[in-house]
Amino acid sequence: MANPRYISGKTPHSRETRMIFRNVDRVGWNPSIEKYLEDGGYNSFKKSLKMTPSEVTDEVKASGLRGRGGAGFPTGVKWGFIPPNNSKPVYLICNADESEPGTFKDRYILHQDPHQLIEGILISSYAVGAKIAYIYVREEFPEGAVILERAIEEARRAGLLGKKIAGTGFECEIYVHRGAGAYICGEETGLIESLEGKRPYPRIKPPYFPAALGLYMCPTIVNNVESLCHVKHVISMGGDKYSRLGTPRNTGTRILCVSGDVRKPGYFEIEVGKLTMGELINDLCGGMKKGRKLKAVIPGGSSAKVLRADETYTIRDGEGEKTIGLSDIPMDFDSLAACGSMAGSGGVIVMDDSRDMAWVLNNINTFYAHESCGQCTPCREGSLWMKKITDRMLEGGGVPSDVETLASVGDNIAGRTICAFGEACSWPTQSFVAKFPEEFKKHTKRRNVGKALNPEAKVASAGIKDKH
Amino acid sequence: MAVSKKSSEDLVNVQVDGHWIRVPKGTRMIEACKQAAAEVPHYCYHPKLTSPGNCRMCLVEMGMPPRPTPGEEAELDAEGHAKINWMPRPVIACANTVAEGMGIRTQSLLAKECRQGVMEFLLINHPLDCPICDQAGECTLQEYSVEHGNGQSRFLESKVKKPKNVDIGPRIRLDDERCVLCSRCVRFSKEVVDDDVLGFVDRGSHNTLAVHPDRKLENNYSLNTVDICPVGALTSNDFRFKMRVWFMRETKSLCTGCARGCNTLIGSREGKIYRQGPRENNKVNSAWMCDSGRMEYHRLEDPARLTDPMIKRGRTHNVVDWTEAICRAAKDLSRFKGDELAIIASGGMTNEELYLTRTLAESLEAGVVDVVKRSGSGDDYLSHSDKNPNVNGARKILKLRSPGSRLKLIHAGIAEGKIKALLVLGEDLLDIGFSEEELGGLKCMVLVHMIANPTAKMSTVVLPGAGYAEKRGSMINATGRLQRLNKAIDSPGLSREDWEILQGLNRAVDGKDEVTELVDVFGEMTSAVSIFKGLSFAGIGDLGVDVMDTGESVPLLEREAKRVRDGLIVG
Amino acid sequence: MEIPKELEKSADDAIGHYPPEEKRSAALPLLHLVQQEFGFINDDAISWVADKLAVEPIKILELVTFYPGFRQKAPGEYHIRVCRTLSCAMAGCHKTMEKICEIAGIDRSKVSHHDPIAVSSDGKFSIEFAECLASCGTGPVCLVGDDFHEEVKPENAKALLQQYK
Ligand SMILES: Cc1cc2nc3c(=O)[nH]c(=O)nc-3n(C[C@H](O)[C@H](O)[C@H](O)COP(=O)(O)O)c2cc1C
Ligand code: SF4
Ligand code: SF4
Ligand code: SF4
Ligand code: FES
Ligand code: FES
Repeated sequence: MANPRYISGKTPHSRETRMIFRNVDRVGWNPSIEKYLEDGGYNSFKKSLKMTPSEVTDEVKASGLRGRGGAGFPTGVKWGFIPPNNSKPVYLICNADESEPGTFKDRYILHQDPHQLIEGILISSYAVGAKIAYIYVREEFPEGAVILERAIEEARRAGLLGKKIAGTGFECEIYVHRGAGAYICGEETGLIESLEGKRPYPRIKPPYFPAALGLYMCPTIVNNVESLCHVKHVISMGGDKYSRLGTPRNTGTRILCVSGDVRKPGYFEIEVGKLTMGELINDLCGGMKKGRKLKAVIPGGSSAKVLRADETYTIRDGEGEKTIGLSDIPMDFDSLAACGSMAGSGGVIVMDDSRDMAWVLNNINTFYAHESCGQCTPCREGSLWMKKITDRMLEGGGVPSDVETLASVGDNIAGRTICAFGEACSWPTQSFVAKFPEEFKKHTKRRNVGKALNPEAKVASAGIKDKH
Repeated sequence: MAVSKKSSEDLVNVQVDGHWIRVPKGTRMIEACKQAAAEVPHYCYHPKLTSPGNCRMCLVEMGMPPRPTPGEEAELDAEGHAKINWMPRPVIACANTVAEGMGIRTQSLLAKECRQGVMEFLLINHPLDCPICDQAGECTLQEYSVEHGNGQSRFLESKVKKPKNVDIGPRIRLDDERCVLCSRCVRFSKEVVDDDVLGFVDRGSHNTLAVHPDRKLENNYSLNTVDICPVGALTSNDFRFKMRVWFMRETKSLCTGCARGCNTLIGSREGKIYRQGPRENNKVNSAWMCDSGRMEYHRLEDPARLTDPMIKRGRTHNVVDWTEAICRAAKDLSRFKGDELAIIASGGMTNEELYLTRTLAESLEAGVVDVVKRSGSGDDYLSHSDKNPNVNGARKILKLRSPGSRLKLIHAGIAEGKIKALLVLGEDLLDIGFSEEELGGLKCMVLVHMIANPTAKMSTVVLPGAGYAEKRGSMINATGRLQRLNKAIDSPGLSREDWEILQGLNRAVDGKDEVTELVDVFGEMTSAVSIFKGLSFAGIGDLGVDVMDTGESVPLLEREAKRVRDGLIVG
Repeated sequence: MEIPKELEKSADDAIGHYPPEEKRSAALPLLHLVQQEFGFINDDAISWVADKLAVEPIKILELVTFYPGFRQKAPGEYHIRVCRTLSCAMAGCHKTMEKICEIAGIDRSKVSHHDPIAVSSDGKFSIEFAECLASCGTGPVCLVGDDFHEEVKPENAKALLQQYK
């Protein structure tokens, strides 16, 4: 049933280190358990069962693995937050909501290598003491959900799920839970509420940190698909060895997803920090399209702050402080943070000099206005306001105060909301307006009135504007 | 305020806007600020409900002392407190609790900017038509926008359209465009009265409060949502557009709809009541009351209200003056005593009225005195199955071991013709099984009541009394709490407060020549009725005092206490 | 509304995935089952789900109206969701949308926030924009029913629709 296009036999780029994506696009591969077992599948899980749960957690801590879902939080540390004297059931949730625009990595794991994920979930469940794990899959992966269900059934038949797994006292069930089309269900507490059958309104933290008060108010660990797959490799090679992949504090490999104006967009598994932005764009993605120049990059999913091609950044490395250009930024958590943006979910969106930044921001604003859950005031009201301003600018109705208003609406959201969606929706506006002021000013000139600067407006918002 | 350096077991030191105070551990920041007289504006927070933290109006600046590195002494300020490191991000004061050494700034630039930002966001899609909004005058949006808003609008876009004038239940209307989505009403319905019929539909900026068409908001506590709605989104059909709130006078009183004795605030103007709502009393009704109790005041508007004392001559009642009526009643009643005379009082009377009934009964040597039981359906929240507000008072003052049990005796006595005279206080005998024929056999029947009911028609003397909101007095509720009833408006025409009428009868019978005040009646009662010993009328205060142990508890309060213990609500 | 036995059974199975006292968790699974069965979720279905999970019907309506994945009106025989988000927009998804509508005979001029789906006059196709489908490198992308399609350039629109004759 899997769309054959996924298994293309496309060979990885020589700069890649395929670990998580080892089987993606692999010739002769399919998502069945037979293939997976032939390839040494579930050995890491069996290995983990010979360890104590806290030894497993210690390995993950030693590996330096940081979450691949967006925040880059150390996975082992998160697991350690489960209250030591806990007597309630513990849940593990695999976040397969993959919905940050620009991100397309979990998709391939789910569709092509589901057993790798199941193995990662089993090891992690064992470590944190979860007897039930839910995989929250976005609704837009209908095929993925079927593949996962089938893989879970295969694993059950192979005695890898249920009670007394592999003859030990460990028991675990995995269930697939499908979302229904909401970006906010990727936010872990929104996800939990959604899984509880409620509107996915994120919870306030404190007090509702999932590790203590998560699903059904029980300790709950939420991890991204890719993060859970990494756990398998951490156990397989040992935390120490894993930690030598990548760079210190930014260990292991990660999948970067490149889209936008490059010649060969796609996904690339690289050692974290061992590749620069320039290498990614020019070597792995074949550079910019013919005759086009790089203008800007959103480096970690659409909520990450935009980086301008001609900016310089100051970062610190082993040798001290240095000033670098966009192309020189190493693709890792800390460097991108030092450059004022983030590695986020690994979704790199590249824009060339043909792009109108107001148009780009408007597209992003439309996304966030549509996806705000609407629970808290600043995000509910501000996300739509920012969209309406950029809508109007593109329709030729911009006024000079718009630029300042846009920026200040963003400022009034970021840091003041219930969940990090507040930042996600305001960082684009804050950064685009700050970095490309001239492009926004252009849209506030009187002579624009009546000119449709956004030929797509008609298609994009057919009938919708009047309702807003 | 004197401050000690180290926090004691249960108190922590917190700095609010530069001043140090000590508050119990676990106190929410917003409550700590309140104690420091730095009220933090808020919409979604309500101490009786869980805190979703959704409005973001209560954002404040927060800081903590740095964690000292082992072996190092914390840096102290002049007052001996550790220096505070202020966080760059604001925090919500409603859901976060204080910690030792915490600093809170409610007036810093950041805190003010946050409030201004939230106010602007709340107003951009809000209809700006306060002049025609019913909430005007008690709308927190209006109030805060004056205090915390920035005055002018930068919003050039069209507003989000939402449903207006939505029928969400028999007593309430909803204007979704005014709703600020604070979810107080949703949480009240779910958490306090287990009627989870309110919800939000759609999403984002289009979020809309709604009910399912098949399940309206019609529980007997629905109107509490109107009270807690911070804006004019939920309005009571009963009150809407009838009176501007700033014209009304408010009187602290009680509901007399049942034995709960919910504390109330009565809103009135020029002799007319426009609404009544709950007044917080955590020993009685928390912050709520039932809808039927709330509507009780309409009884006072009965077109059949008695306005003048009357004496029956032949088949008609003639209006007379008070002196004549009282004298006549006293004279008629005095002709009988012992088995010939009975008094039927009411569990709806105040303690003072009951006490004056007792002294009257003693002077008249009435053979039997009892009250009428009034039971109905109660619930697991506040509403009590005893629909009389003061049976406990009657029990103690009239010394009734089993109130209502002697009514049968009286009934039989009248039927047999043994009882020849009857004093009826606040009851309608035809409504409780007495027949016109039986009552017709009486030589004399004196009625004190506010309504021209069928019993009045049969009575030889009719003395017009006052309704619950037209008089003062005290009552003892189901859990044994003594509470005060206050007068919000005058009773109509020449009608009088019942205790005055009863005092008149007492004087006419015992011939003493003294006029007392209500407080003196209470004073007298303190020596005559043991449970009132040592009390004074004023000493009852606005919230009452416990005088009896009835062994009863309030289910709603018990659940509330559990939520407080669980840290879910402040209480 | 007639609930087929099969559906009732699948619903009970789904409820079994959650702790017995937390069956409300099965709300999304049940709504998916209903939508699979009937193509959309009507008022009766909302009440049925609410009854099954012992919650007030408003709590289910809250979900149906929140998630764009749930429809309250019948779509076409094949429902198309075209990604609208940045990478696909850069790849030309708006032109793709126009082209598909043109070929399938769909008029989108009446869609609104509350009614985002347009149906072709013959009822065969319906269409709406969706947000990022997590395949940004192969845009424009779309879902037709449960089938995923990549690189749907305007010139590929015709071939795409032909698969669903
Ligand atoms: C608005 C928002 C959307 C998010 N979406 C996703 C998502 O689609 N997938 C994901 O794995 N994490 C997402 N996250 C991050 C999760 O909240 C959470 O941090 C993550 O799943 C933790 O897993 P990790 O530690 O393995 O990264 C999102 C966060 C926010 C604030
Ligand atoms: S920040 Fe936005 S998405 Fe997050 S809770 Fe608030 S309204 Fe919802
Ligand atoms: S109706 Fe009132 S109480 Fe209810 S959510 Fe809206 S503003 Fe809050
Ligand atoms: S519960 Fe009783 S006392 Fe309270 S409001 Fe209702 S009727 Fe009045
Ligand atoms: S009062 Fe609403 S967030 Fe604190
Ligand atoms: S933008 Fe279309 S799939 Fe991500």
